[in-house]
Amino acid sequence: MQNIINVKGLSKQFHNLTAVNQLSFTVNKGDVYGFLGQNGAGKSTTMRMLLTLIKPTEGSIEIAGMDLFKHRKEVLKNIGAVIEKPDVYKYLSGYENLNLFAKLSGIRLSRQQTMQQLATVGLEQRANDKVKTFSQGMKQRLGIAIALVHNPQIIILDEPTNGLDPQGIADIRNMILHLSNELKKTIVVSSHLLSEIEQIATRVLIIDKGKKLIEGNTNELFDASQTIVEIETTNNNFAFEQLKQSSWNNFLLKERITKPVLKMNKKDIPQLHKDLITMNIELIAMQPKHSLEDYFLSITSNNQL
Amino acid sequence: MFTLLQIELYKIFKRPRTYIAFAAITALIIIIQLGLKVDGKEYADFVLADLQNTLEINGKIINGYFVCYVILQLLLVHVPLLIALIAADMISGEANMGTLRVLLTKPISRTEFIIAKFLAAAIYTILLLIWIAVFALLASIIIFGTDDMFLVKNAYAVQIEKVDIFWRYIGAFCFAALAMLTVAALGFFLSNFAENSIGPIVATMSVIIVTTILSTMSIPLFNKIKPYLFTTHMVAWKEFFDVKVNDANETIRGTVQNADKIIRSSIVLIAHIILFVGASVWVFKKKDVLS
Repeated sequence: MQNIINVKGLSKQFHNLTAVNQLSFTVNKGDVYGFLGQNGAGKSTTMRMLLTLIKPTEGSIEIAGMDLFKHRKEVLKNIGAVIEKPDVYKYLSGYENLNLFAKLSGIRLSRQQTMQQLATVGLEQRANDKVKTFSQGMKQRLGIAIALVHNPQIIILDEPTNGLDPQGIADIRNMILHLSNELKKTIVVSSHLLSEIEQIATRVLIIDKGKKLIEGNTNELFDASQTIVEIETTNNNFAFEQLKQSSWNNFLLKERITKPVLKMNKKDIPQLHKDLITMNIELIAMQPKHSLEDYFLSITSNNQL
Repeated sequence: MFTLLQIELYKIFKRPRTYIAFAAITALIIIIQLGLKVDGKEYADFVLADLQNTLEINGKIINGYFVCYVILQLLLVHVPLLIALIAADMISGEANMGTLRVLLTKPISRTEFIIAKFLAAAIYTILLLIWIAVFALLASIIIFGTDDMFLVKNAYAVQIEKVDIFWRYIGAFCFAALAMLTVAALGFFLSNFAENSIGPIVATMSVIIVTTILSTMSIPLFNKIKPYLFTTHMVAWKEFFDVKVNDANETIRGTVQNADKIIRSSIVLIAHIILFVGASVWVFKKKDVLS
């Protein structure tokens, strides 16, 4: 795999606060690179350093083989970014905003091209409306259209699902998967919604207090034998009783009383499904969840001790 | 750079608040012109009260040139506030909207970006002065007509022939542009240090008020610093309306009594503009964008 982002010994000091401390990581071409950390862990500071918004106190960032701070303009031509909120000019229309930022990216769009770009994020009907009349989700989509307007190879998204409703979150997730799978973009994404990262990231970096805790492939990092599976049935009490009397009793988490929850190996889920049917348990939903969250909490709390 | 400047001007003139200054200035000029049209004679009698016993003044005292002078005297004190509203908002306003970080993730040079922003603020300032020139001078000439201009200075009176006035206004407006650009540069510089517009606007006005007071107070301690304060030099546009006289005490056409003062003040103002803009570039290039 070819390294596209190479960060070495990155540090940022704000007066007495060390926001990022000797952070090193690499992002490979085509990765969806999940950036995880608690609030104040240094995620946004690192993201901003990747975009030259913040100057590091120490360390180096190489992107596509070029030193970021020496070849800033050249490197940024290949990056699209949405940092926190997608802030644009509220007194301009979506069309005017997209055109303005396209020019800043060195792109001249015809009216037809601008409308096409807006159509890809579902905003063609609102193209001429002022952005101040847009919903949060619409602003987010416009922000993404602005980030992608110059067809960059690397996309940096800092908390892209912040403030969105479930549909908006699903839209962003699908868009990231589309950009990665279909358009072969490299994506660096941070989010406090760990389940979101779990669903999209191929590689993950976890930081705490500005320091790297762990970096690796998503599949390798999370222990599949410790998957939490939550079951919802038409009669949860009956389901509890049946499971207690079966071989699944050893996996049942006794402290969860509202609905059956099991801690088990992910590969055994199909067998559990079959057994539930055999036990005449009417299943409404069965969802493996929180594996990354549990892992994340365990690793960050261990670090705090 | 040209694209950046185009974009900045586009943003400025797409904002409704930009036109507040033009509307306010138009309203003020119309009010002054109306007042002088209705009660111009009483105003002239009041201004020339001390001289009317010793001099016989003929002709049209309240003419377009005189009205424009009155307007400039009143207006150029307040125009800095209107300029500060835009100039001091140039960086801080972007930081407040969150657009600064979006802009700086685009492949543009920080130096070019900030210079384009200052040039946009400068063009706005100059357009504002052209607007004043059109309404205060040309409209006044149309409404009040032209004649010689009679001005009362501290210790003497000046009469300028009407054929010798128009170029003085061009010079005065150019000088006023320089003075207002200094205000714009100050506001722009202060705009680097805040993430909302109110702070830099208030700070710009505070600096102007304090330095104007220091410039006008005749206290020996302040006299030493006066030559270095830009506000001391901002009023030098009035020097265009002071004429040299010959031995027979007749005015010499095409002359300015204190041309040196105009040149010296221009140099001081230009030095301030270079200082403020240079400092802005330096600060902005090092700035961490946290907004």
